[in-house]
Amino acid sequence: MKYSIFSLARAALSGHKTWQRTWRDATPKDHYDVVIIGGGGHGLATAWFLASEFGIRNVAVLEKGWIGSGNAGRNTTIIRSNYGLPGNTGFYELSMKLWERMEQDLNYNAMVSQRGVLNLYHSDGQRDAYARRGNTMRINGIDAELLDQAALKKMLPFLNFDHARFPVQGGLLQRRGGTARHDAVVWGYAHAASALGVDIIQNCEVTGFVRDAHGKVTGVETSRGRIGAGKVGMAVAGSSSRVAAMAGMRLPIESHVLQAFVSEAIKPLIPGVMTFGAGHFYVSQSDKGGLVFGGDIDGYNSYAQRGNLPVMEDVCEGGMAIIPMIGRVRLLRQWGGIMDMSMDGSPIIDRTPVDGLYLNAGWCYGGFKATPGSGFVFAHLLARDEMHKEAALFRLDRFQRGAMIDEKGQGAQPNLH
Amino acid sequence: MRIVCPFCGERELGEFTYLGDAKPQRPAADAGEDAVYDYVYMRDNIAGVMSENWYHGGGCRSWLKVTRNTLTHEISAVEAAAGAGAAKVGA
Ligand SMILES: Cc1cc2nc3c(=O)[nH]c(=O)nc-3n(C[C@H](O)[C@H](O)[C@H](O)COP(=O)(O)OP(=O)(O)OC[C@H]3O[C@@H](n4cnc5c(N)ncnc54)[C@H](O)[C@@H]3O)c2cc1C
Ligand SMILES: [Zn+2]
Repeated sequence: MKYSIFSLARAALSGHKTWQRTWRDATPKDHYDVVIIGGGGHGLATAWFLASEFGIRNVAVLEKGWIGSGNAGRNTTIIRSNYGLPGNTGFYELSMKLWERMEQDLNYNAMVSQRGVLNLYHSDGQRDAYARRGNTMRINGIDAELLDQAALKKMLPFLNFDHARFPVQGGLLQRRGGTARHDAVVWGYAHAASALGVDIIQNCEVTGFVRDAHGKVTGVETSRGRIGAGKVGMAVAGSSSRVAAMAGMRLPIESHVLQAFVSEAIKPLIPGVMTFGAGHFYVSQSDKGGLVFGGDIDGYNSYAQRGNLPVMEDVCEGGMAIIPMIGRVRLLRQWGGIMDMSMDGSPIIDRTPVDGLYLNAGWCYGGFKATPGSGFVFAHLLARDEMHKEAALFRLDRFQRGAMIDEKGQGAQPNLH
Repeated sequence: MRIVCPFCGERELGEFTYLGDAKPQRPAADAGEDAVYDYVYMRDNIAGVMSENWYHGGGCRSWLKVTRNTLTHEISAVEAAAGAGAAKVGA
């Protein structure tokens, strides 16, 4: 089904009772050219790019629950390309450019909203660091503007400019950043991939790998039976170590929980995305009016998809520090998601030492914005067996070679990235 | 989640800092690059019961060895980490 103003008008006239399912809920075949494990944003995007860009359509996406039940449906939907290090800068901009044409490519309204991402700074040192990051972005052709306090006072008069310890002095703004509707991104890729013949198979948990005499992966064991595969790609964010272990691999990754929070709906207040620079708090406002916000990960290994109170308190304190008036808004909902925290805070996309098995992992808390870019470069790797140039530094062996991409300079301590 | 410190009693999570899996051991100085790489970067990332290092910075400032289930957050044992801080004094 093709969506347009006309299909909308037609459906409206019939009381919206004529809408069809937007993608096929497939049953597994015996064999596929490529099997993708994980029906989150990355897995589905990979399948769509394989089919649309690289002409490989005999593809299945296997999802243990329902598509979008993992982080794709739990994140705070921020998209941006304001990274400072080689490897990340170009990759996230590739992804941003794909966000800008996603809705046309997929014929699906993903509510991509480029209303700006603003990182506040609170000291002279931080201003200089942000100026440097902005310059890095600009010499790479990415938009960035350093705003001073006077400019912010006009834009966001409610900020706590005179906070005793962390006065808001200004901010680094990427206007092309913003948010997208996370569920719609999942459904959009499913819609477009399914239309090109990709099988999306839910309630299908991968429980093991099938290997030939040489150790090459030739398929997967699943809760819905054995499925043969020419190649297998893992995109199981948060569960990467568990799935890799089935192939006898260990990864430079720890699984951690990140929480997200939504307040009751209020009138339009926050125009874009804002982050507190002296603690960890970021916020945007959804179209329904709720403030969507979050902060640090809880900080200990977890597979529980459930957060704890001290971080909630810390996040709310961060919010109060920059926007004191939100203290009067009530919290409506809170949840957690399990993410791969990698040893340098950057993702891993590569072949693995196991023949036929490919890895897409380590997205930390920033993988939503990467969804289209990750799908594209992973599909490139699966189809051509070579890294896309914008993902060339995300190799798995970079830790061994000392070629880490550590934006925060924290070292090999995953809970600090 | 609350942790029962063997020195301070039951305390809220905010008083503690997490280091991680207690299993990796620093290799000997002459162990070679692969052993160091393994120690610094590779993790079992256990889904289930794990032995972990926690620091009670908001209390007795001891390093603790906590046995915890990463699937449920249930803590089954807390002991002083060998040779650390208050563990020496208390023992
Ligand atoms: C609270 C929170 C807020 C976040 N906010 C942002 C943000 O604002 N901006 C941003 O860029 N990023 C954000 N992120 C990070 C982002 O959500 C993730 O990095 C990204 O969604 C991961 O890729 P994915 O969508 O493919 O993952 P997922 O949706 O988690 O997909 C992985 C899928 O694999 C499936 N799976 C696992 N094991 C198996 C198996 N054995 N067999 C079959 N299927 C399996 C899972 O069920 C899951 O559906 C946030 C994350 C969280 C938790
Ligand atoms: Zn103590």
